Amino acid sequence: MSVTPLLEARGIDKRFGPVQVLKDVDLTVTPGEVTALVGDNGAGKSTLVKCISGIYPIDAGEFLFDGQPVTIHGPRDAAGLGIEVVYQDLALCDNLDIVQNMFLGRERRSGLVLDEPTMEQMAAETLAGLSVRTVKSLRQHVSSLSGGQRQTVAIAKAVLWNSKVVILDEPTAALGVAQTAQVLELVRRLADRGLAVVLISHNMNDVFAVSDRIAALYLGQMVAQVKTTDVTHAQVVELITAGRSGDLGLAAEKIDNGVEYADTLTTPGAEQ
Amino acid sequence: MTTTAHHIEPVAVAPKPTVGSHIRDYLSRVGGGDLGALPAVLGLIVLCVFFAIMKPVFFSAGNFANLFTQGAAVTIIAMGLIFVLLLGEIDLSAGFASGVCAAILAQLMAEQGAPWYLAVLAAIVTGVVIGLVLGFLVAKVGIPSFVVTLAGFLAFQGTVLLLIKGGTNVSIRDDVILAIANKNIVPWLGWVLTIIGIAGYAAVVLLSRRRRAARGLVTEPLAVAVGRIAALAVILGIAVFVLNQERSRNVVVVSLKGVPIVVPIIAALLIIWTFILRRTAYGRHIYAVGGNREAARRAGISVDRIRISVFVICSGMAAIGGIVAASRANSVDANTGGSNVLLYAVGAAVIGGTSLFGGKGRVLDALLGGAVIAVIDNGMGLMGLSSGQKFVFTGVVLLLAAGVDALSRRRAAATGTR
Ligand SMILES: Nc1ncnc2c1ncn2[C@@H]1O[C@H](COP(=O)(O)OP(=O)(O)OP(=O)(O)O)[C@@H](O)[C@H]1O
Ligand SMILES: [Mg+2]
Repeated sequence: MSVTPLLEARGIDKRFGPVQVLKDVDLTVTPGEVTALVGDNGAGKSTLVKCISGIYPIDAGEFLFDGQPVTIHGPRDAAGLGIEVVYQDLALCDNLDIVQNMFLGRERRSGLVLDEPTMEQMAAETLAGLSVRTVKSLRQHVSSLSGGQRQTVAIAKAVLWNSKVVILDEPTAALGVAQTAQVLELVRRLADRGLAVVLISHNMNDVFAVSDRIAALYLGQMVAQVKTTDVTHAQVVELITAGRSGDLGLAAEKIDNGVEYADTLTTPGAEQ
Repeated sequence: MTTTAHHIEPVAVAPKPTVGSHIRDYLSRVGGGDLGALPAVLGLIVLCVFFAIMKPVFFSAGNFANLFTQGAAVTIIAMGLIFVLLLGEIDLSAGFASGVCAAILAQLMAEQGAPWYLAVLAAIVTGVVIGLVLGFLVAKVGIPSFVVTLAGFLAFQGTVLLLIKGGTNVSIRDDVILAIANKNIVPWLGWVLTIIGIAGYAAVVLLSRRRRAARGLVTEPLAVAVGRIAALAVILGIAVFVLNQERSRNVVVVSLKGVPIVVPIIAALLIIWTFILRRTAYGRHIYAVGGNREAARRAGISVDRIRISVFVICSGMAAIGGIVAASRANSVDANTGGSNVLLYAVGAAVIGGTSLFGGKGRVLDALLGGAVIAVIDNGMGLMGLSSGQKFVFTGVVLLLAAGVDALSRRRAAATGTR
């Protein structure tokens, strides 16, 4: 690949007490591409995302941003780098309106006072820029929105900040067919605008529809990061459920032993 | 991905709101469970009409002034409580915290001969320290606010007893402190303040409307904006006019007219806290933490700091409420801030429309609810009912308000409005 990675995670370890949730995980994210992060329930996808966004401290490993090592201690650090996350549980405040949610924690002010007109205008422009036309008023409470509209607000919140990396954790999980198509289209448009997008999804059709690369997590290990065009549905499903598929993924004997992993990973297609 | 066509109305080009659409919006919000100030205002009207019929003296200028001085302390404490309630927490110690602060004020003046401003400062600092301790125990140690402040309730009750050294009461002799709840401002000054208030409100409403229009944002119809300003002008005008009437039974001995000093104090507190809650990032963050704590945390908001700060505001306002109560009673005794004060304050907030579940409430709610409580207390007193009957009735009203809150939440959840 000619494009240099924008965000790189190297050797990330994360444990919750005795449970090791992430083991030596590597991930590279390139601008202008959608990287699909797949894995079974509990594989550690959301945990990896929260490590990247600074919500969980990591136990080992490092993050490189634009080739430079960076430390991420909290959501503000990640946001400072231009990393925005749309969480699986959305993290919107039901009692606030769309504009208030989009600017939460980063309100525009003139002096002491909140600059509502500027915020409302920027929110409107962002939503228009994403070709979102599904909300009646920017001043309606988020609780009155449909699932797809909430998802849209969460995504718009993430792209409002000239962000460079947008990570979406299962953005379509709760959506119907039409709204899923809308959100996926939005995801594709973000990448086409030059953002690095990470999309977590359980739906293989969605993954193959929008992603350029697929990264597969299996029991907390990154077993493969491949170009979407190089693999089939069946291979990805195998990677997700068994950790290997043909010459992709964990070496066979390592899985069978169940003791030592991770040092013999093959990740064709991801060579930088 | 292929592009799919969407068939929904655009975001920025929403239809221009008219007076009609404004009213329809309001009705649909009410229908959707967002009752706002409606129950409190309706309740206030019904109660006033009822008491006026039962006891015509209820509608006299003298009694009208009494309502303000009677309800002042509870209303001020309720204003502070609203910040705690916005986070879905509770402060059961606010009543006796006000008692502790009032006792400190009284003792500093009586025993140390401290000037009133030092005593007031000490009382408010005491409130702030109490709030810091409560907030720390809730936010950093992780004890539920119910338990922390229940402990505070007991401990502060004891502290009041210790501070007045077992004496029956400590009298207040300082003229400035006594004036707060017992003296009035001269009538012309009342009018000047009223006009400044109305002009200020008009300026805020019209300027923000202009700024929005300048950017091509949706604005409320001019008629609605003017209507709001006119409504405020009428309410304030009538209130000040009535309060400026002569209330003395014997004008030759003493003249008694003008707005009670405590009224502009409450108005100032209302404006300051409303500004902080609605117009600053800090206020926005309070709503966010009350609505979804995890979302606030992920937005980089320091949730602990917000949680501690609301207890500080609550106890600080309790201190001010305690000073007003001491002024009204001319003394501080073991029961200052005790008996029904806390429940009346919580009741005022809830009756005004603040939710016990967090995330919803305004400082104005304390005023509306405080008015309801003051009217009940005053009206039933005029009717010669016993304290027992008053307590039972107030309890029923509080339950009614909390029931309205819970039911409107259910309705909001069902209709997806909130
Ligand atoms: N805060 C936590 N404390 C302890 N264990 C946790 C915590 N968060 C996650 N885990 C564990 O880490 C593992 C990975 O969880 P994670 O949420 O990252 O999975 P996931 O890949 O996102 O799954 P899903 O597809 O269901 O969202 C799970 O076994 C989970 O139980
Ligand atoms: Mg997950």
